[in-house]
Amino acid sequence: MSTTTSTPPSPPAPRARRSPASIAVWVAVALVGATCWTVLALSRGESVSALWILFAALASYAIAYRFYARFIGRKVLRLDDRRATPAERLENGTDFEVTDRRVLFGHHFAAIAGAGPLVGPVLAAQMGYLPGTVWIIVGVILAGAVQDMVVLFLSMRRDGKSLGQMVREEIGVVGGIAALIAVFAIMIIILAVLSLVVVNALAESPWGVFSIGLTIPIALFMGVYLRYLRPGRVLETTAIGVVLLLLAIIGGGYVESWGLGEALTLDKETLTLMLVGYGFVASILPVWMLLTPRDYLSTFMKVGVIVLLAIGLVLARPVLENEKVTDFATSGEGPVFAGQLFPFLFITIACGALSGFHALISSGTTPKMVAKERQVMMIGYGGMLMESFVAISALIAASVIDPGLYYAMNAPLGATGGTAESAAEFVAGLGFSITPDQLTAAAASVEEELISRTGGAPTLAFGISLIFDEAFGGGLAAFWYHFAIMFEALFILTAVDAGTRVGRFMLQDTVGNVWPKFADTSWKPAAWAASAVVVACWGYMLYVGVTDPLGGINQLFPLFGIANQLLAAIALTLCVTLFLKHGWLRYVWVPAVPLAWDLVVTMTASYQKVFSSNPKIGYFAQADTYRDARDAGEVLAPAADASQMDTVIRNSTTNGVLQAAFALLVIVIVANAVLVWVRAVRAGSLPTTEVPAVPSTIVAPADFVATREEKAELAAWEAERREKAGAEV
Amino acid sequence: MIALAERTRRAWAGVRWYLREVSGEGRWDAYVARCAADGVEPVSRREFERHRDHLREHAAAGRCC
Repeated sequence: MSTTTSTPPSPPAPRARRSPASIAVWVAVALVGATCWTVLALSRGESVSALWILFAALASYAIAYRFYARFIGRKVLRLDDRRATPAERLENGTDFEVTDRRVLFGHHFAAIAGAGPLVGPVLAAQMGYLPGTVWIIVGVILAGAVQDMVVLFLSMRRDGKSLGQMVREEIGVVGGIAALIAVFAIMIIILAVLSLVVVNALAESPWGVFSIGLTIPIALFMGVYLRYLRPGRVLETTAIGVVLLLLAIIGGGYVESWGLGEALTLDKETLTLMLVGYGFVASILPVWMLLTPRDYLSTFMKVGVIVLLAIGLVLARPVLENEKVTDFATSGEGPVFAGQLFPFLFITIACGALSGFHALISSGTTPKMVAKERQVMMIGYGGMLMESFVAISALIAASVIDPGLYYAMNAPLGATGGTAESAAEFVAGLGFSITPDQLTAAAASVEEELISRTGGAPTLAFGISLIFDEAFGGGLAAFWYHFAIMFEALFILTAVDAGTRVGRFMLQDTVGNVWPKFADTSWKPAAWAASAVVVACWGYMLYVGVTDPLGGINQLFPLFGIANQLLAAIALTLCVTLFLKHGWLRYVWVPAVPLAWDLVVTMTASYQKVFSSNPKIGYFAQADTYRDARDAGEVLAPAADASQMDTVIRNSTTNGVLQAAFALLVIVIVANAVLVWVRAVRAGSLPTTEVPAVPSTIVAPADFVATREEKAELAAWEAERREKAGAEV
Repeated sequence: MIALAERTRRAWAGVRWYLREVSGEGRWDAYVARCAADGVEPVSRREFERHRDHLREHAAAGRCC
C-alpha cells in the first residue's frame, strides 16, 4: 500500500536565484507590514485609520504566501509535478477534470467563502478591533490556510477521497463513524445559524423581504432562460439576472409607497416557516431551476462586493471608531455574546481564520480538478488567504461604526427595550454614549429600524453603507445598506439550498448502507424523505434560535463557532495522523501546532458552555437558573411570561446537550487517532492509502503568474503536442 | 497607440476567457473542438447542456459558510 518508494528519486528542486530586485521588493513588503503592525499596536487614543489594518493584513498575507506556504509545499509536502494528479489519471469529463489553475482557484474560492467570514468578525468587534485583527491574520497564516492546503494535498494523493472516508481508512472505524455524525450535525447547526442571520436581517423589513423575495422568481426565470431559450449562455443570463437584482433592490425603496409595506412586514416566526418551506422545495427541485442560477448570481455578487469593498476602503479611508481592546475582552460581560476573550474570541471568528468546513471542500471536489501538484499551494493556501481578507474587511466595516450604535444594534431586544430612548439608556449603562436622536437619525439614513438588529448582517450592511457612501458619494446610504443585506442574504440562501442537498446526499448514502435502494439519488421517495429530515433538523434549531428570549444569535453563535472549529480539529487530526504515518515526524509541527491550539480553544469553550456555573455562559447553569425561578413562580427577565421561561429552559438544555455531544465526538476521534500516532511513531512509518505515483505527461505553471521558465516549458510542450497530433493525421 | 490598443484587446480577451471558463460557458467550445479533432459530429447545444444539468443534479456541490 505504501507507495512513496515508487517515486523516482527527486532531483533538487530547481531553485531560482534571488535577484536583487526581488530581495528589495520583499524587504519593502516586510517594512510596510512591520510599520502597520507597529502603528496598530502603539496607537493610544488618537484616531486610527482603517487602512493600517488593511495593509498590515495584505503585507502579512504576501509574506506568509511567499515564504511559509512555499516552505510547506517544497520541504514538508514535497509537492512533485512529475507525479500525475487524479485529474490527469482519471479524467472523465465530469468530476475528474484537469482544470486551469486560475479557474479552479475561482471555483474553490466561491465554494469556501460564504457568509461566515462576514458575520463572525462583526460580532467579535465587541472585544475591540485589535484582538480580531490579530487572530484573523495569525490564525489564517498558521492554521486555517495550512489546514486547507494540507487537506487538499492529502485528498489529492488519494484520488479525492472525502474527509470522512480518509478518517475511516487512516484512523479507524470508530473515528470514522464519529466523524460522519459530527460532520452531519455540524452542518445542521451551520445551516440553522446562517438562516437565523437571514431571518434577523429580514424581520420587520419590507424593503429586505421585497428584494430577497424577488431573487426567487429572478432565479427561476434565469433557470428557464438557460434551459429552454438560450442553453449554455451563462454570462448573458447572469448579466440579465444582476440587472434584475439591482432593480429589485431599488424597487424595495418604493414598497411603502406602493402600499405593500404592511403585507411585507413579516415577523420572525412567519419568516422561519417560509424559509423552512423554501429550503425543502429548493432542495427537491431540479437544480437547473433554482440552485444553479442562484449560484451564478451569488458568486457574481460575492466577488463584486468584495472588490467594491476593497476599492471603497481605499477611497473612503475611514477612521476606526471602535476601541482597540474593550473592557468586555476581560470582563466577559459583553452584550453581543458572553465570555472572555479567551476562548470566545477564537470561536466567534472561525471562518476567515480557521474554518473546519473548508476541509469538506478541500477533500472531495477540488482535489479531483487540480492539474499539477504544485498548484495546491495557490489553490489551498491562496484561496484561504483571500477568504481571510474578506473577514478583515468585515471587521473594518463593523469597526467604523460608532460604538454606541454598534451595541444598540447588536444587543438582544430584552436588553435594549426596542425604542431609541431605552436603547440609548442601555448603551449609556455599558459606558458608551449615543443620544436617541442620533439613533433615530442613523435609522432614517438607511430607512430601517436599527435597534436590536442582531445577527451581524445589519451591522455589516450599515458599515458598508457608511464606507460606500463616503467613497462613492451620491447620498445612496439606504441603497447600499439594502445592497449589502441582499448580497449577504443571497449567499446564505445559496448555502441553505446547497447545504440541504449535501445533507440529503449524506443521509441517503448513510441509510443506503443498510437499505441500498435508499441511496439512489433519483428515487423520489428517498430524496423527499431525506430532504424533509434535513430541513426538519435545521428548521427546528432555527426555531429554537428565533423564539429564544435570550437572543438566538447570542445563544447559538457560540455553538456554531465551536462546531466549525471542532470540524477543523478533526481535519487537523487527520493531517497529523498522515504526517506520522508517512514518517514526516520532523515536520509534524506544521499541522500539530494549529491542532493543539484548536483543541485547547474548543475544549475550553465547550467545557465552559457545558459546566460553567455562570448562567450567562453555561447552558445548563442557565437552564437551572430559569427552572428554579419557574418552580418558585417567578419570571426572570428577559423572559416575559411562564411560557417564555419554559422556552429558555428547553432551548438551553438542547444547546447544552448538542455542545457536549460535539465535544465528545471529537474526543473520540482524537483518542482513536492517538493510538495510531503511537504505533506510527514506534514503527517509523505505516502504510497509507496513498495512490501509487504515475508519471505526469502534462505541463502547467504552478502559481498565479507563470515564471519565464514555466512559460518556455509550456510552449515547448504545446509545440511537441501539436507535432504529434500533426503526425497522426 | 497601436501597442496600447493591442494590450487592451488582449486584456479584454483574457477577462472574457476567464469569465467563460469560470462560469462553465467555455465547456461547449472545448467539446466542439474535441469533436472536430476526433472527427465526430457534436450533439446540439441544447442536448449538451441538458447532459451537464443531469450531471449537476446528481453531484453534491458543496457551498461553505
